[in-house]
Amino acid sequence: MSPLNIQKGASKHSAYDLRDPNAEVIETHTLAVIVDNESGVLARVIGLFSARGYNIDSLTVAEVDHLGHLSRITVVTSGTPQVIVQIKAQLERMVVVHRVHDLTMEGPNVQRELALFKVKGRGEARIEALRLAEIFRANVVDSTLESFVFEMTGTPQKVDAFAELMQPLGLIEVARTGVAAISRGV
Amino acid sequence: MTRQMTGAKMVIEALKDQGVDVVFGYPGGAVLPIYDEMFQQNDIKHILVRHEQGAIHAAEGYARSTGKPGVVLVTSGPGATNTVTGIVDALMDSIPIVVLTGQVPTFMIGSDAFQEGDTVGITRPCTKMNWLVKETDKLAGTIHEAFHVATSGRPGPVLVDIPKDVQFATGIYKEKADTRTSHYAPRTKGDPEMIARMVELIETAERPVFYTGGGVINSGDRATQVLRDWAEATGFPVTSTLMGLGCYPASGKSWLGMLGMHGTYQANWAMHDCDLMLNIGARFDDRITGRINAFSPESTKVHIDIDPSSLNKVIHTHVPIIGDVADVLEEAFALWKSRGGNVNREALVRWWKQIDEWRAVDCLAYTPTGGTPIRPQHALTRLEALTKGMDRYITTEVGQHQMWAAQYLGFDGPNRWMTSGGLGTMGYGVPASIGVQIAHPDALVINVAGEASWLMNMQEMGTAMQYKAPVKQFIMNNERLGMVRQWQELLHGERYSSSWSESLPDFVKLAEAFGCKGIRCDSEDDLDEAIREMLAYDGPVIFDCLVEKHENCFPMIPSGNAHNDMLLGNAETQGVIGAKGAVLV
Ligand SMILES: Cc1cc2nc3c(=O)[nH]c(=O)nc-3n(C[C@H](O)[C@H](O)[C@H](O)COP(=O)(O)OP(=O)(O)OC[C@H]3O[C@@H](n4cnc5c(N)ncnc54)[C@H](O)[C@@H]3O)c2cc1C
Ligand SMILES: Cc1ncc(C[n+]2csc(CCOP(=O)(O)OP(=O)(O)O)c2C)c(N)n1
Repeated sequence: MSPLNIQKGASKHSAYDLRDPNAEVIETHTLAVIVDNESGVLARVIGLFSARGYNIDSLTVAEVDHLGHLSRITVVTSGTPQVIVQIKAQLERMVVVHRVHDLTMEGPNVQRELALFKVKGRGEARIEALRLAEIFRANVVDSTLESFVFEMTGTPQKVDAFAELMQPLGLIEVARTGVAAISRGV
Repeated sequence: MTRQMTGAKMVIEALKDQGVDVVFGYPGGAVLPIYDEMFQQNDIKHILVRHEQGAIHAAEGYARSTGKPGVVLVTSGPGATNTVTGIVDALMDSIPIVVLTGQVPTFMIGSDAFQEGDTVGITRPCTKMNWLVKETDKLAGTIHEAFHVATSGRPGPVLVDIPKDVQFATGIYKEKADTRTSHYAPRTKGDPEMIARMVELIETAERPVFYTGGGVINSGDRATQVLRDWAEATGFPVTSTLMGLGCYPASGKSWLGMLGMHGTYQANWAMHDCDLMLNIGARFDDRITGRINAFSPESTKVHIDIDPSSLNKVIHTHVPIIGDVADVLEEAFALWKSRGGNVNREALVRWWKQIDEWRAVDCLAYTPTGGTPIRPQHALTRLEALTKGMDRYITTEVGQHQMWAAQYLGFDGPNRWMTSGGLGTMGYGVPASIGVQIAHPDALVINVAGEASWLMNMQEMGTAMQYKAPVKQFIMNNERLGMVRQWQELLHGERYSSSWSESLPDFVKLAEAFGCKGIRCDSEDDLDEAIREMLAYDGPVIFDCLVEKHENCFPMIPSGNAHNDMLLGNAETQGVIGAKGAVLV
């Protein structure tokens, strides 16, 4: 059989991945994993990634259904198409996992991350930081005479860009939540 | 009617509810309440092993030979950690095992209490699922769920950790029938579109082969039956992995023998040259594929597996079918018959002609010494001949003897062959043989062992004696860690670093010390008589079979080589493994 030339995302409606596993392209995928909110579940999922050598670029977790005791783990991972398929299959076979959504394969999605930036400075730098924060729609959530804490929500790229700009202006600390993601439309 | 009882009583009730008749275990402080309940009932038999690792392997032997889950009960801390090797073994070989461990009381967890260990933490990566039960009300339900998970989909080991206060406290017992098991319900029916593609491929294949594995055995009797029907009706050749032996009868006319690193010449060549590979419940293990990029280059590959993560993990397959072997094969068989039951007969005749040429190489031929020492292949050939037709179960340890047993013993039915394949755990065989014998008290159970492996769990002979399990320990004694020695010969310039079995015990005296029978045999002349003596003895026997010390196991695919690139004999084996292959195991 000749390898089929099928694009990423094309197998959305098939239970199987039909792309050539030998194509050594590294893809980044965002997975939403719905799990039982039990103790040890996060350790179990993270353990899978470390035991099998998969990458975790970002990971967030919180209970999303209090009645059903379900948590949503959003994990951004990267690997060859074959590895990505393996990661999903390995997650799906776990007893605690209810569903795995490959948001990257399922179509357009929204990704957001919350970040807090502590910037120290006086004079020109301080004013410039505040001006940039406005442009990026970051809010000031704490301030002293020589520091600000900015709060910002956005794509990881936007957060990166803001952090880079703040660097020369006295950025001393960053806290990021990691990505939360959801598909567009219904 | 709701029933109130202590947690300890619940454990026993839940096991009864699950139809458990035997538990393999070892007591200690954190499980004493459960042992107390065990003492006060007669439905469940408790087998006291001599080491907790032995409990797991015994339960594996019980499970593999019955198709039912094996159950283990041990204490906290060291009791639990001693089970870890066995649990990993069961995970690798997809054996359903339910392990119940005691734990320090909930209010002491995290305080480094006496014999506290993070059992769920330690076993999380090596169980299919595990639970720490903190409330007595949840205990029965969790145990029922544990059985459900262990036995559904791809079977595997699970563990329930039960703190001592939960055992003492009273709660409401949840009947099995009232327990809503979790959402966990792997798909068993195959995708009809894929099944249709498989059938089309079968109709036109010119050089097909059934590559069958442990999944057929896991799937049960219906699976082995329909596989036989398929093989019979199509006339396609069949090979099995180490884990699949017995799913197709070794006496069947389509049998090629085991495939893989120590598989037969005909099986590996058929896998290499086929145009249609039908993988039924096998997982493209590296012992099978050899160098990946040289694996069966021209074949279209169909793969039936209940675990989606087995599909396309190692080898790209063209027709992946997620489902249970029995369900998928039955559905496919019905479809194929309804479409006329066609195969390409002419091409098959040519294919069998080719296979017969490979068979003619007679890769398992050996020359008996006719005296001393005993050729290991001959020992097994005679064991096979003298036990043929008996109600026989075989377990093994790990090493050369294991491979020879796979090559020279024939299995006509499933669940008759228990071996540690995925993990390759030396010390598996003795306890496994006891577990098998407990499940089949009247059957002949033989553990084919190497002396080094056998020593690893020999303490279990005490268990065999206590429960009058007449297991036959057939030790192929080469006074070497034979498999290691073989690799050192082929790969490390014959530098035999620590691969000698020094200071071996006198196995006959050892047998006497245990109170069982010891037999020593050092000549092919006496072999038959000695084996008959072993078979006739009503009780455990330790058979010390002194075999050639430097025999190598062939055929062998050296690591890193293509799977049709086999060494067939001792002729020129120096430096056969290249630098790249040398890093592989
Ligand atoms: C010293 C040594 C040498 C070895 N040499 C060889 C060798 O030469 N040849 C060889 O074959 N092996 C050899 N092995 C064993 C090898 O390491 C593997 O354990 C073995 O090949 C795996 O067998 P399998 O592919 O049948 O898979 P198993 O480990 O039996 O896995 C079963 C597969 O079937 C699936 N499955 C389970 N239940 C079902 C179901 N109900 N329906 C559908 N699918 C199901 C599972 O998901 C899994 O993918 C050796 C081992 C040792 C220790
Ligand atoms: C617990 C464990 N330790 C080490 C090994 C590595 N190993 C594989 S085979 C083998 C030698 C086995 O010797 P023996 O039991 O005498 O069998 P033989 O190969 O001689 O038949 C060893 C050490 C293993 N498989 N398991």
